[in-house]
Amino acid sequence: MPGPDILAATEQILSAFTPERPNLIPILQAVQGKLGYLPRSAMQAIAGYLRIAPVDVYGVVTFYNQFRLNPPGKHSVKVCLGTACHMKGGYIALDAWQRRLGISPRQTTPDREFDLDTVACVGCCTMAPVTVVDGKPEARVDPTRVDGILLSFGREPPAKDQK
Amino acid sequence: MNPINPAPAFRELRDKAGAKLRRLKDGKTVIMVGAATCGRAAGALDVLRAFRDEVKKHNLDCPVIEVGCLGHCYAEPLVIIGKPGWPPVAYGYVNPVIAERLVNEFILGDNPCPEFVLAALAPNDLLPSFQDFPRARYERKIILQNCGLIDPSDINDSIANGGYSALAKALALPPQKIIAEIQKSGLRGRGGAGFPAGQKWQACRDAQGTPKYLICNADEGDPGAFVDRALLESDPHGIIEGMLIAGYAAGADRGYIYVRAEYPLAVERLQIALRQAEDYHLIGSHILGTDYSLEITLFQGSGAFVCGEETALIASLAGQPGLPRYRPPYPAVKGLFGQPTVVNNVKTLAYVPRIMANGADWFRGIGAADSPGTAVFALAGKIVNTGMVEVPMGTTLRRIIYDVGSGIPKGKKFKAVQIGGPSGGCLPESALDLPVDFDSLQNAGAIMGSGGMVVCDEDDCMVEMARYFLEFTRRESCGKCTFCRLGTRQMLEILTDFTLGQGKLADLAILEKLAGEVGAGSLCALGRTAPNPILTTLRYFRNEYEEHITLGRCPALMCRHLIAYYILPDKCERSCDACVGACTVEAISPDKKRIKVIDPEKCVKCGTCLPACPPQYNAIVKLSPPSEVPCK
Ligand SMILES: Cc1cc2nc3c(=O)[nH]c(=O)nc-3n(C[C@H](O)[C@H](O)[C@H](O)COP(=O)(O)O)c2cc1C
Ligand code: SF4
Ligand code: SF4
Ligand code: FES
Repeated sequence: MPGPDILAATEQILSAFTPERPNLIPILQAVQGKLGYLPRSAMQAIAGYLRIAPVDVYGVVTFYNQFRLNPPGKHSVKVCLGTACHMKGGYIALDAWQRRLGISPRQTTPDREFDLDTVACVGCCTMAPVTVVDGKPEARVDPTRVDGILLSFGREPPAKDQK
Repeated sequence: MNPINPAPAFRELRDKAGAKLRRLKDGKTVIMVGAATCGRAAGALDVLRAFRDEVKKHNLDCPVIEVGCLGHCYAEPLVIIGKPGWPPVAYGYVNPVIAERLVNEFILGDNPCPEFVLAALAPNDLLPSFQDFPRARYERKIILQNCGLIDPSDINDSIANGGYSALAKALALPPQKIIAEIQKSGLRGRGGAGFPAGQKWQACRDAQGTPKYLICNADEGDPGAFVDRALLESDPHGIIEGMLIAGYAAGADRGYIYVRAEYPLAVERLQIALRQAEDYHLIGSHILGTDYSLEITLFQGSGAFVCGEETALIASLAGQPGLPRYRPPYPAVKGLFGQPTVVNNVKTLAYVPRIMANGADWFRGIGAADSPGTAVFALAGKIVNTGMVEVPMGTTLRRIIYDVGSGIPKGKKFKAVQIGGPSGGCLPESALDLPVDFDSLQNAGAIMGSGGMVVCDEDDCMVEMARYFLEFTRRESCGKCTFCRLGTRQMLEILTDFTLGQGKLADLAILEKLAGEVGAGSLCALGRTAPNPILTTLRYFRNEYEEHITLGRCPALMCRHLIAYYILPDKCERSCDACVGACTVEAISPDKKRIKVIDPEKCVKCGTCLPACPPQYNAIVKLSPPSEVPCK
């Protein structure tokens, strides 16, 4: 999806901020909040507004885990890889998500329904292993639960042995 | 300059808050649903809705309030019902059905439904109370005091529970007196290093230049730690009050809260709290009618572990990538935008109002001589009572894990406790009698860190634990120092080889040497402490490393490449096929005699089949090394 929408949205957000460098991260957060990701043209517009080099913006965007450069899916899946979750099998849950969605972390399914990512710790370690689905932390997500969650989005697991 | 007495303005506020609250609650039954992130993950919002629906259905005048985290996370979703004439009662493991029953039987009737009661909040003749729990004897709540018991979205509730009274008291004193009091209390920073808070404030106050800044470090990047999140979600006004007092003492003009964006609920509740505090003129200019002014801005961190380090955090606040810089000059002298800046952790700031309210001697009287006060831990992993606990410094690990945390679930054996996250270490059983304080932990090879305590049982592999943390620090290294950037990578490769069964004994020596060098050669504490998980596991669990290397065996049966799942033919019940349905990849099928067999080519070792096999058969086992599986 090219140009005008992205630029209009970016301009609108920029108008709420003064053109100062310390506003860079809040601006990026607001733009990503609106568009779901940071398209190249938006980053260029931000650089122009703050009068800094586009590569400076890019450097900040790629330094932080929060920012993404490609459009997200309709639903977002974030698997916690924190200590408690890891010890309780977070990596196994991640495997299951990868298997079922057919993508790796930081990718989006070809039908743009789901994107998959990992997160350092969502702070509900007592519910480990945790996966955050559309912003909601889900407790004790093992492979069976992965299938259950996907089913609730209308995605059937691959058929079990045909009788 | 003659200080203006803030007391009358505060008294007025307190009366107003009290009146508002009385209108809301007096004589009514109040339902409080623990809806911090942990509660929500367990389904608290469904419970909340169920209560609201039921209350509405019966046309009851009972406020249903979202509160924070009581610390008993193992029993989430948690609800407290305060009914006039009864002690407040906490219910655990609540679901919408139970919620409906509680309204019908306890609120409309007079049956407190003892079968769902976790405990009453006050001793009484009818129901067990928290005071009867063994942990009550060892816990001492100072900064967690209000958590789960007040409405974090209502400043009136906070004020009615003592909030901002310490601010009023502090603003009547000259800043120097407050610094002296905090210094006398011996308060040490809870962000990891344990640096004396008063000394930092003094340095900022003495430093040349205005404006000066105060930053609340709410980045909490340590995986496995969640105390700061829980505090922000449960008692945000307590933190804001701490910031106001600290800012006044240190001479700051502007405050920032740097909170990670992965904590959306903490952000939301902080935003509400800041707005309310502004409405009450508790932040902004001329606070409580005095000459003191402090603006507070909320800044969302974008998820880089190193940004918890204060100089990196400051760079990040200024719109730069979060690269640490060499100290000195310390931020207290030259920080944000080159100005004097105090950076304090959330917990550190939470202690400040309590100390101002109760006095330095009171605080000094709690805990250990060189580490006064309490230690707050987030208990997670293989422990019965996961959640948040607050105990006096100097309490032993055994007390915390066994008496407060109720020990290890499922009759398993304790193996280690990981304290302090990626900068900390794994302590074995022999360290359980260690009194927990800044210095003793450091001597044992761990650190207090930000309060994450992950308990490991016999099923957890210490080599894998070390590998996990190295993967974390490698990923999070900002890349500025060669030692940190390349050293963590190299160490990770060696550890990964171990967990794949491809290590050599000679690698152990290389690993130890590298660990020493990365520790010595890195600029910031991320790199300097990255080797800690390796060093402690090598120190206490060396035999486990050796088994991985020489036998290709993972004694904890955790490392996936070193184990295989196997169905014991003589135990498998032919007429059952529970595991076949459970297997996520159809790796299990019956053989000719209808005994189930796992196809090792297909098995992804997800472990789903193991608990699926009914306990009376218990036919599925893990074997290590995989060559242990008998060939047919
Ligand atoms: C890599 C790294 C990460 C850190 N992360 C945090 C953090 O998440 N929260 C925190 O309060 N301090 C963190 N610290 C410690 C801070 O640099 C700083 O010492 C602390 O905020 C000072 O506050 P205190 O004096 O109240 O302890 C971290 C330090 C390092 C080296
Ligand atoms: S030690 Fe690591 S994280 Fe710290 S400054 Fe050096 S490279 Fe960056
Ligand atoms: S669940 Fe256990 S007993 Fe049942 S078929 Fe599988 S291995 Fe055999
Ligand atoms: S480790 Fe996953 S929520 Fe903390």
